Amino acid sequence: MHEWALAEAIISAVSDVAEREKLREVNSVVVVIGELQQVDRNILRFAIEQLKQGKLAGAKFIIRTERAVFTCRACGYKWPFRGTNLPEEVREIIHFIPETSHAYVRCPACGSPDFDLSGGRGVWIASVRGEG
Amino acid sequence: MSGKGGVGKSLIATTMALLLARDKFRVGLFDVDFTSPTTHVVLNAGGLKPIEEKGIVPPEVYGLKYMSLAFYLGGRALPLRGQELTNILLETLAYTIWGKLDALIVDMPPGISDLMLDMLKYVRRAEYLIVTTPSKMAFETVRKLIMLLKDLGAPVLGVIENMRFSDTEHIKREVETLGERYLGGIGYDMRLEESLGRLDNLLNTRFAAEVGAILRKIVYLKT
Ligand SMILES: Nc1ncnc2c1ncn2[C@@H]1O[C@H](COP(=O)(O)OP(=O)(O)OP(=O)(O)O)[C@@H](O)[C@H]1O
Ligand SMILES: [Mg+2]
Ligand SMILES: [Zn+2]
Repeated sequence: MHEWALAEAIISAVSDVAEREKLREVNSVVVVIGELQQVDRNILRFAIEQLKQGKLAGAKFIIRTERAVFTCRACGYKWPFRGTNLPEEVREIIHFIPETSHAYVRCPACGSPDFDLSGGRGVWIASVRGEG
Repeated sequence: MSGKGGVGKSLIATTMALLLARDKFRVGLFDVDFTSPTTHVVLNAGGLKPIEEKGIVPPEVYGLKYMSLAFYLGGRALPLRGQELTNILLETLAYTIWGKLDALIVDMPPGISDLMLDMLKYVRRAEYLIVTTPSKMAFETVRKLIMLLKDLGAPVLGVIENMRFSDTEHIKREVETLGERYLGGIGYDMRLEESLGRLDNLLNTRFAAEVGAILRKIVYLKT
């Protein structure tokens, strides 16, 4: 993913919120990134620090990760993506097209490839705090 | 596209892409039969790897840009539910960097399927080439597909009759009755199987010559 473009989009979205909520100053922002999303968090953090200005200049940006979870459709068992033991190249493929996990992952309880993969995708702003 | 399976969609799509690339068109081939991709067999390209750089750069085979999930599956089966097909379509459409192309040929899975509905919904600029065989059973479903596409206002380029083995004209008449263009027939080619995966051979078959004649008609219609 393009971290600088993402940082710009985040800053612009937060500025819009600050404008709409008539904030004089933004104190803290929580950004959530799905664990399957290929974002280099360090570059993103750096880019945000470089780009924040005006009402956002003093804001603390907190970057959280949303975990991806498998739920077996055959037996109901749930397990986290993170705990799944996979070679690095397969992990990369799954990051990139999560549905390919059906070719590589099986339910640890019953062996089924018929599972649902939820969470872990997308980037969003969970909260913006500031002074009005 | 076809309502029916096994009528030759993948082989025709791949051959068309190869012929266009040979004539120096900028062409892409995108296999969206995600659970059962096959075009890599024709191209002998299953071992290729796309380059990942701010997206996926599709590898080139015989001058055409090629994208298939086969690159990522290592021959494994990929059992998917409907929504997952949609997700993959959107992910691959978003990430694949095709660059400037004269044509992107998309090989569809068989049937009046989730993926067909997704193509209609998300790929508004697509035009549809329909493949049938001379069999009444194949055309029974293909007719419904054509009527559906017409209803939805999707542009149909025409219908190809593949695997012909006699001179009957009933498919041509049926297609024209539906108000669509009959683009031509392709004979059943007994020697085709041995040319799969061997591109020079494939392009010299009678099959490829007949696909070429239909392709020229389409290019002529489009220019
Ligand atoms: N004109 C022809 N003569 C002989 N064999 C053919 C001809 N056209 C296609 N075939 C063969 O028929 C088989 C089915 O073709 P193909 O896989 O292209 O069909 P398809 O419509 O894509 O199938 P699916 O619906 O499963 O995607 C292949 O083995 C192919 O080589
Ligand atoms: Mg096919
Ligand atoms: Zn299970």
